[in-house]
Amino acid sequence: MPSTRPCAANRMREREMTSMTFRRRVTAGVAAAAAVLLLASCAQESTSTAESSAPAAAASAPASAVASEAAVPDECAPENLTTIDAGKLTVGTDTPAYPPYFVDDDPSNGKGFESAVTYAVAAGLGFDPTDVVWQVVPFNTSYAPGDKAFDFDINQISITPERQEVVDFSDGYYAVNQAVVALKGSPIAKATTVAELKGAKLGAQVGTTSLDFITDVVQPDAEVQVFNDTNDAKNAMQNEQIDGLVVDLPTAYYVTAAEIENSLIVGQFEAQEGGEEFGMLFQKGNPLVGCVNEVLAELKVSGELKAIQDEWLAGTTAPYFTEK
Amino acid sequence: MSLLAPAPGAAEVYRDPARQARVRRRARRDALVGMASLVGFVIVISVVVSSSPGWSAVQETFFNGQEFISTFPGLLEAFWLNVRIFLVAEPLILIIGLLVALARTLRSPIFLPIRVVATLYVDIFRGVPTILVIFLLGFGVPALRIEGMPKDAVFWGTAALVLSYGAYVAEVFRAGIDSVHPSQRMAARSLGLSLFQTNRHVVLPQAVRNVVPPLLNDFISLQKDTALVAVLGPIEVLRRAQIDASSTFNYTPYVGAALIFIALTIPMTRFADWIQARSRSRRRAGGTS
Repeated sequence: MPSTRPCAANRMREREMTSMTFRRRVTAGVAAAAAVLLLASCAQESTSTAESSAPAAAASAPASAVASEAAVPDECAPENLTTIDAGKLTVGTDTPAYPPYFVDDDPSNGKGFESAVTYAVAAGLGFDPTDVVWQVVPFNTSYAPGDKAFDFDINQISITPERQEVVDFSDGYYAVNQAVVALKGSPIAKATTVAELKGAKLGAQVGTTSLDFITDVVQPDAEVQVFNDTNDAKNAMQNEQIDGLVVDLPTAYYVTAAEIENSLIVGQFEAQEGGEEFGMLFQKGNPLVGCVNEVLAELKVSGELKAIQDEWLAGTTAPYFTEK
Repeated sequence: MSLLAPAPGAAEVYRDPARQARVRRRARRDALVGMASLVGFVIVISVVVSSSPGWSAVQETFFNGQEFISTFPGLLEAFWLNVRIFLVAEPLILIIGLLVALARTLRSPIFLPIRVVATLYVDIFRGVPTILVIFLLGFGVPALRIEGMPKDAVFWGTAALVLSYGAYVAEVFRAGIDSVHPSQRMAARSLGLSLFQTNRHVVLPQAVRNVVPPLLNDFISLQKDTALVAVLGPIEVLRRAQIDASSTFNYTPYVGAALIFIALTIPMTRFADWIQARSRSRRRAGGTS
């Protein structure tokens, strides 16, 4: 219904525009204005239907919650969870999904740290592994305004106060340190202090806290080189276009152990004040956050999170840089 | 107002004052109706957009004043790199484009190899995505590890843009050369001008004048494509915006970058319009003398 009216109005307008006399031109102007108004009213109509359907959906959820409250007062019970796709848990991550967080660029295989954490959380919420639906969400679109296409996004996203003004994060599921990777022949291969890194040309992936770390903590003399993804940064390092690469420690470990021969972890940085943690990203105000946090707390207490970490991020350690 | 007024000169054809008054009245009324329609249109659009349920969220994410003020100086600083790339690339592109276009117009069979190379160059570099050329030169050439070969990302990024845009501009020039009537060339040759002189004094001046608007189009496009060099590591204005956007989860820096680009392209367009108008009036003057 809303789509038919503007079309008719447009046809009317085209017909009128072909005539040239003054009187007709006035009517054409009126018709054009009318067409615009029709379009406008239709646009408002469609937004208002969208508006009315959203509260309806929202209203139905509390209604069902109230109905079942007598029996189960737990709002995190599977039947009370409101997800994007009812009965499913839709999880976003970027592609390619890198090891050791994901394996074979396939988040649904349960392999890799973040994939394993997701399935553990899903199980804690009462979802079958088959009910977990993965969605490709480029990092840059994860924080776009409007409704999100995922229940949560898990993509090594660090929790920062600025970001928390726009989205909600779960509690941290991994405390991460930043590390420097370099080729064995690099001028900074033997650096042990932050000061020794000052003269180096360092690279990092865009949008990462690794990049912030270079500009805020290392503050090198040479301009930072910024890349679309870690693969490009690794290429630049192999070409000796950069002296070193700053990534999170698990990635550093994977890069040096499995991807680039003749490379090493030069060192890792002491955690900054308050530390840096990865969190799952939610639409602002999504009530699911509380339930996910409950599950994460259980996983921490039971030691399951630690076990997953040991399985996928084992051996990830490196000497710490000292200030001077 | 002038957009809606009848063509100049139309009123003078008739000397009837009543008719002239009628025409003037009509023009005034047309202008009023046009303005009213335009204002109404703008109001309706603004009301629809600003009254939509998500407007405050969109405004907060794309048009955040505080975010704009805090990121804009950094964007301007990063834009300097775009300007440098652009200033170096543009003259080189013009030279390559012109040479390739001229090579493709050579008729003598002895120049076949030159024609083939020029045609292949245009076919390949127009077809290959610019970003691949940038990766290929920026990461590929340094990976060859040839002694003395530069590794600088900006150098190779600029080289890639020159190669890619050279192909486009060559075709623009060729179209300009083809638009010059063959009789011009024949007349010049029959006057005893050499091939070089014919091109230099007869064909190219006319050809270039004809292709100023499409050339400008390509250069505005080039200005924005300087951002592609960022994939090799250097921070230019769009990359700066991306970094700012991802640290605060706010897209306003992109709008800031867009304003910087627009501030450059609009004066350029007006300048090209002016050049066009000037050459047109000169030609007209020449025609009547």
